[in-house]
Amino acid sequence: MTAVALTNVSKVFNPGRPDEVVALSGIDLTIGHGQFVSLIGPSGCGKSTLLRLIADLIPATAGTVEVAGKPASRARLDQEYGIAFQQAGLFEWRTVQRNVELPLELRGASRAERRARAAEMLALVGLADFAGHYPAQLSGGMQQRVAIARALAVHPPLLLMDEPFGALDEMTRERLQAELLAICAKTGTSTVFVTHSISEAVFLSNRVVVMSPRPGRITATVDVDLPARDDAARQSPAYFDAITEVRRALRGDAAAAATS
Amino acid sequence: MRSLLRVAPPVLVGIAALIGWELLVSLGRIAPFILPAPSAIGHELVAQRGNVWDAALASGLNAFIGLAWGTAAGVLAAMAASRFRLLSEVSIPLAAVANALPIIALAPILNNMFESTSSVPRRLVAGIIVFFPVFVNTLRGLREVDPTHRELMTSYAAGGWTFTRLVRLPGALPFVFTGLRQASSLAVIAAVVAEYFGGLQTGLGSRITSAAAFTAYPRAWAFVVGACLLGLLFYLATLLLERIVMPWKTRLLS
Amino acid sequence: MRRVLSALIGLVVLVALWEGYKAVGNPDGTVLLGVRILPRADDLSMPHVWDMLTRLGRPELTGGRPVWRVVLSAGLFTLGITTLGFAAGAVIGFLLAVAMQRFRLVERGLLPYVILSQTVPLVALAPLIAGWGGTIWPEWMTVAVIAAYLAFFPVAVGMLRGLQSPQAAGVELMRSYAAGWWRTLVKLRLPASLPYLFPALRLAGAAAVVGAVVGEISTGTRGGIGRLIIEYSREATSDPAKVYTAMLGAALLGLVVAALVSLLELPLMRHRRRVSVVTM
Repeated sequence: MTAVALTNVSKVFNPGRPDEVVALSGIDLTIGHGQFVSLIGPSGCGKSTLLRLIADLIPATAGTVEVAGKPASRARLDQEYGIAFQQAGLFEWRTVQRNVELPLELRGASRAERRARAAEMLALVGLADFAGHYPAQLSGGMQQRVAIARALAVHPPLLLMDEPFGALDEMTRERLQAELLAICAKTGTSTVFVTHSISEAVFLSNRVVVMSPRPGRITATVDVDLPARDDAARQSPAYFDAITEVRRALRGDAAAAATS
Repeated sequence: MRSLLRVAPPVLVGIAALIGWELLVSLGRIAPFILPAPSAIGHELVAQRGNVWDAALASGLNAFIGLAWGTAAGVLAAMAASRFRLLSEVSIPLAAVANALPIIALAPILNNMFESTSSVPRRLVAGIIVFFPVFVNTLRGLREVDPTHRELMTSYAAGGWTFTRLVRLPGALPFVFTGLRQASSLAVIAAVVAEYFGGLQTGLGSRITSAAAFTAYPRAWAFVVGACLLGLLFYLATLLLERIVMPWKTRLLS
Repeated sequence: MRRVLSALIGLVVLVALWEGYKAVGNPDGTVLLGVRILPRADDLSMPHVWDMLTRLGRPELTGGRPVWRVVLSAGLFTLGITTLGFAAGAVIGFLLAVAMQRFRLVERGLLPYVILSQTVPLVALAPLIAGWGGTIWPEWMTVAVIAAYLAFFPVAVGMLRGLQSPQAAGVELMRSYAAGWWRTLVKLRLPASLPYLFPALRLAGAAAVVGAVVGEISTGTRGGIGRLIIEYSREATSDPAKVYTAMLGAALLGLVVAALVSLLELPLMRHRRRVSVVTM
């Protein structure tokens, strides 16, 4: 069984109107269990739209989207995934702990279970001491960690992330990338990660999916095989090779990417 | 030290203004019917404290009841208008028009429609005046939903009432309080001023006019001070409520 | 256009509610636990809308001018006072805002009082300032002072927000041009404050109308719409529709002032973003 399977998926906004936009066309993508896949491409290539199709936040115009072996809409109702956005999107009127509890609350989990799970998740992202704080009292990086804890709170088999580190500074970014990898390894979660940073995509992923705009489509897939994903890996030849390969693919030099 | 820096200027200005006022009246030989001295007003305030208290209680109750029902109606109407597009399309321009009207002038009509010996007309007028700022601000708050929150709740497969309860209502709270801050002062002003239009003579407004009619100006000013204290009390109570209801807001006066 | 249509629909709904209640309501109102919670629906308390409109055409007193002319001239009188009060209040508010922006200490010392002045019913002073009329200045001047007092506040606070609205980058840019306080004010702060100024002026316009109407009533100034409301409401037992004609005049006055203020911003606010101003 696969975590995510898209078959010949397309998405058209405002169909039949003068401002019709073909956001995605002919997308085929399969993501196996425990895989970390990044979607990368220039603005307007439809990578965020693709993520929203998987999350069933918007419906596909054609094709099938399956998550955990069932249609995406079913998977959303069954809470088969957790999601985090570029904006942390915390509820400023809830404490950090109550923010993490929110998805559990909506599932009708008991108070004790919510408590325990929130504590576990906050420990995972290193914010156990901040459970009683309000979001406004946290830095941007800490808020994003809370958002990740919230996404993981229901122990979803799949984690969807839309440029979650996009608004952070480089140092915080690198630290959170390492934390995210450790969490995914620990929980065995499959991840779809949207980014526009080549180095981020390569460092995090088993596979980098390169997309291009007008209409949005997948132009190349680059498999990344780093021996280990730590600070040393950021200096390794394999890392730089993969970066070069993705960069070429983004330039439209698809043939070169395929042969290397 | 820093809080001293914040508090000192307004306090100094206040003291200087009072001294200036006192000197202006006593040295300038200004007749009391133009401007009584603060010391004379203070003297009257102490002498009349029982009457001021009773009148303030009557006006305060009117203002409070008006504030309560006006706020409840404003919030409910805003919830309805945020739910039904047509309702908001009609009500928003109407509220804009109503904002330009001197609603307080409804007081004599309401006195006719009910009876001038009851407190209902002025409670009604206070409520109507309270309604509009609460309605407009709450509606704005209910309409402004963070798109990330919207997507998040969709991802949780949460809809309808859950969405309203968890996202819309708490998100609108700061806006409700913005409206309420304006409304709490307006309620007191309306309750006091509505008495100038006739009707039951128990509150501060009628005390001020009757004292003025007897040319007892320092006493009239004492009742005005009472009205000011009442207005201040309502405003501070609203701020306090805001702090209690929204502990996540660290700064109050933006 | 759309907004005008919506407002008209709203008006029709209001009229329908009024007449509907008259049709079904108890003529003597509904009394619950000794308190009349619904108004009397008889013609004395709630005249038909049609009667109010026709009352406009008939003479004020037997053989006198028709009511609509009386109401119109009263409205014009109050409009004059309102305009004077509005202009004075706006100028004072503007100057206060500039002073508060320029000197931090002035802001610290004055702003609490500016806000305080709105939380307390200082309009209650109106009957007391009434004594000034006829002694140190004409009576209508007192009314204008009350209107100005209500109008200055939104302008002072909205304008201060506007003057403080430019980003640090803009201020630093002006500094890099070696522009002093005055040129920064003229080139940067004043233009930046316009989106804040105009909503504030609209609030001030409405406040000036309220101030003028309340001022006329509590000072007993003759000739204006506020006085007319009081006079006509005293005749309500014999001529119930009359007071509503004065109400119509007051509503018209409010709308005219709002329209005039909106005219001010038309030439200046093209291509500018709009902000919503919260004054308290």
